[in-house]
Amino acid sequence: MNAVVLDQVSVRFGARKALDGVSATLSAGCVTGIVGPNGAGKTTLLRAALGLQPLAGGSIRILDRSLPAWSRADLAKAAAYLPQGGEARWPMLAHDVVLLGRLPHRGLLGAPDVRDRSAAADALARCDAGEFAARRMDELSAGERARVLFARALATGAAILFADEPAAFLDPAHQLRLMELMREEARRGSAVAVTLHDLSLAARHCDEILVLHEGALTACGVPADALSDATLARVFQVARTDGLGALRRL
Amino acid sequence: MDATVITFETAGLARGTRVTIALGVIALGFGVWSFLLGPTEIPARALFAGLFDGHGAAGIVAQQIRFPRAVLALLIGAALGGSGAALQGLFCNPLAEPGVTGVTSSAGLGAVVALYFGAAAVHPFALPAMAVAGALACAAVLYLLSRSGAGMVALILAGVAIASFATALTALALSFSPNPYAMSEIVLWMMGSIKDRTLSDVAYAFPLIAAGIALLLSTARGLDALSLGEDAARSLGINLAGVRGRVVLGVALATGAATAAAGAVSFVGLVVPHLLRPFYGHQPARIILPSALGGAALVTVADVGLRLIAPDGQLLLGVVTALLGAPFFLWLIVKMRRQS
Repeated sequence: MNAVVLDQVSVRFGARKALDGVSATLSAGCVTGIVGPNGAGKTTLLRAALGLQPLAGGSIRILDRSLPAWSRADLAKAAAYLPQGGEARWPMLAHDVVLLGRLPHRGLLGAPDVRDRSAAADALARCDAGEFAARRMDELSAGERARVLFARALATGAAILFADEPAAFLDPAHQLRLMELMREEARRGSAVAVTLHDLSLAARHCDEILVLHEGALTACGVPADALSDATLARVFQVARTDGLGALRRL
Repeated sequence: MDATVITFETAGLARGTRVTIALGVIALGFGVWSFLLGPTEIPARALFAGLFDGHGAAGIVAQQIRFPRAVLALLIGAALGGSGAALQGLFCNPLAEPGVTGVTSSAGLGAVVALYFGAAAVHPFALPAMAVAGALACAAVLYLLSRSGAGMVALILAGVAIASFATALTALALSFSPNPYAMSEIVLWMMGSIKDRTLSDVAYAFPLIAAGIALLLSTARGLDALSLGEDAARSLGINLAGVRGRVVLGVALATGAATAAAGAVSFVGLVVPHLLRPFYGHQPARIILPSALGGAALVTVADVGLRLIAPDGQLLLGVVTALLGAPFFLWLIVKMRRQS
């Protein structure tokens, strides 16, 4: 099923085209990796798809309903978003931060109920962050905070999960755990989209890859096709070296 | 795993609830003390009886002098404490308070204009109406800025600009003041005091401040979500312009009415939320009500204290809060620098 469909989506920042006629489909049950050099439009694509960014052109459908037809409250239940380099601005307790992911499910005056609490505890445990539950965010390392914030997005239990650079501060083991978690979400039937800079991580763990370059979608498909040697050279100016999937600069 | 988290969380909530109740009790207790305290020696029983039947000297003192002063201290403290907590949540900045957004200065300007043009002498409600209008004008500018997508920094800078502008206009009104009497009124105004207030002050302050605090409380979810940043808050279903609008309007009503009744009482909105935050897990939503109660307690304690120290009324409330609050503000900045 097509969870998110982008049709000729364009976004402008002043004169600059941040996204130029991007058409793409994110499927339910699929982990889609979005890669591209700095400034290629990865974040803009995620923000546009969630209605956080006004479009200069094109249209977006989410779960077979056009984006403008969604109310913010309903969309919040359907799609969870982890912004890039997200922070909790107050030194709140990790558990309270994760509970914020349940806000879309809570009534206007609603205190978190048992279901919210167990969803939060579950998300923390899945992110290997259960031991931080009672600790303040400012007492955690950047990587530990990143895990708590990812748990916040997981706790929503949405059908669509967008994560912008979630792997940035994580150690290798937790990067792999992160990719596993996204796989688990996809198996549950969610459509998962994640921006990554680590191309080998993307190639190994994503079902589909979208390669963005200067605001345009230059390649897409299964990793072997999308991340061909030609694309790597043209878009990223890198080439594969022998063995270990390592890259060298061109 | 689940069990430990839930137990811990319940314990945290219980502590917060206990602190909230304690703040309410302190505010009420000092409110009663403030009511019983004054230059005229009247037994407590006579005062309470006078409050309800209004008979005799005790009735006049209770209804016209003591009750307005005690209630206004509670109301003003609640308005400033609640406003400070909501603004800090909105701006994600522990230094934000009604003064920073220019609301206090604008309300003060409105009041000064009322005094300068003599409107205050024509009708008793002209002064509060102008103060609230000043606060609302400032709030409207902030609201329009927030609607046009200006970020938190832009909003704070706009507040600083408005505050400077309002202060300059106030100074202008001062220098053009035709008679020395208006001048001294304005100077007294700017110092902040709840001496010699009447029931008519309570009559406008109560509904405006109650409405303002109710608006602020309604933004709780939005302020919590904003602690994750603007994009995350919107993706959690929060209508950001609505949250900003309600905070700005609520602050304008509460602070405008408080400034109309008492002039510029500073730093309450800064100190109270900061002191209370650790008891509520630093969650913006959970400190609005406690900050209102804590502000009510702080202002009432300060008012009782300054009357005990200087029964002749040489000490003004705004002077006392500034004397205590300004060093606290500096200490806070030093502490924040050390942490970052």
